Amino acid sequence: MNWLLVVVGGMVGAPLRYLTDRAVQRRHDTVFPWGTFTVNVAGCLVLGLVSGAVLAGAASSQVQLLIGTGFCGALTTYSTFSYETLRLAEDGAKFYAAANVVASVVAGLGAAFVGVTVAEALWA
Amino acid sequence: MTTPDARMVEEPTDPDVDLRVPAQRQRSWRAQAPIVAVVALGGGIGAAARYGAALLWPVAAGGFPWTTLWVNAVGCAVIGVLMVVITDVWAAHRLVRPFFGTGVLGGFTTFSTYAIDIQRLVDAGEARTGLAYLAATVLAALAAVWLAVAATRRVLTWRQR
Repeated sequence: MNWLLVVVGGMVGAPLRYLTDRAVQRRHDTVFPWGTFTVNVAGCLVLGLVSGAVLAGAASSQVQLLIGTGFCGALTTYSTFSYETLRLAEDGAKFYAAANVVASVVAGLGAAFVGVTVAEALWA
Repeated sequence: MTTPDARMVEEPTDPDVDLRVPAQRQRSWRAQAPIVAVVALGGGIGAAARYGAALLWPVAAGGFPWTTLWVNAVGCAVIGVLMVVITDVWAAHRLVRPFFGTGVLGGFTTFSTYAIDIQRLVDAGEARTGLAYLAATVLAALAAVWLAVAATRRVLTWRQR
């Protein structure tokens, strides 16, 4: 049952990342990988909300597995993030490569902290 | 005076597909459906593999999240190999990259768990461990993808000689 929750969450999160990336990239004529940035930050926010809700006792461990481990885990990605960073650096866009790392980590962490804080304010 | 912004809004974002034409919208969906399906399939497999790793190598609360770090580093190394192979040598089927790169590896690696791991460590008063983990993951992931790309290119040029 636990495995099924993770797999189902992953099967929704990954295609949502693909579709979001496409939708975001076609609206931005830039080398900066806004699509991956968007899904990573959004996933951190949702996982923060779920983690805060679980800590406050408002969400079950099943929700954690489905939305947290499955959905958010697959919605966000480290492999595409690091590959896109490498591509930027190799293409001579060293500033964008560094900015991608710093912005993703700062915004992702910020979103996670905001998510947990909001969830605690709502349910604790 | 015509505003350039209004003209840009009028222009289709993808010149090949005019989404206002129902037939083209349908064709676009028909082309996307198999890609979305294999990304979903790969995402389920990748997420399950990550969950399996977390069960095999559990990390104590407040401890250094080695499992997530390794998962992310391994995923970054594999995508480095994959991308060089499918762009430089192997004329892969058009669904290989969506399935394996976007689906399996994207579902296997995670940015959200990474961020929440740091948040938990800071919350538990282990800010120093959190900071070390923050930096170690970034360095490991970038080193993994860079080394994998460089090594794969070297192997391929050596084989071609």
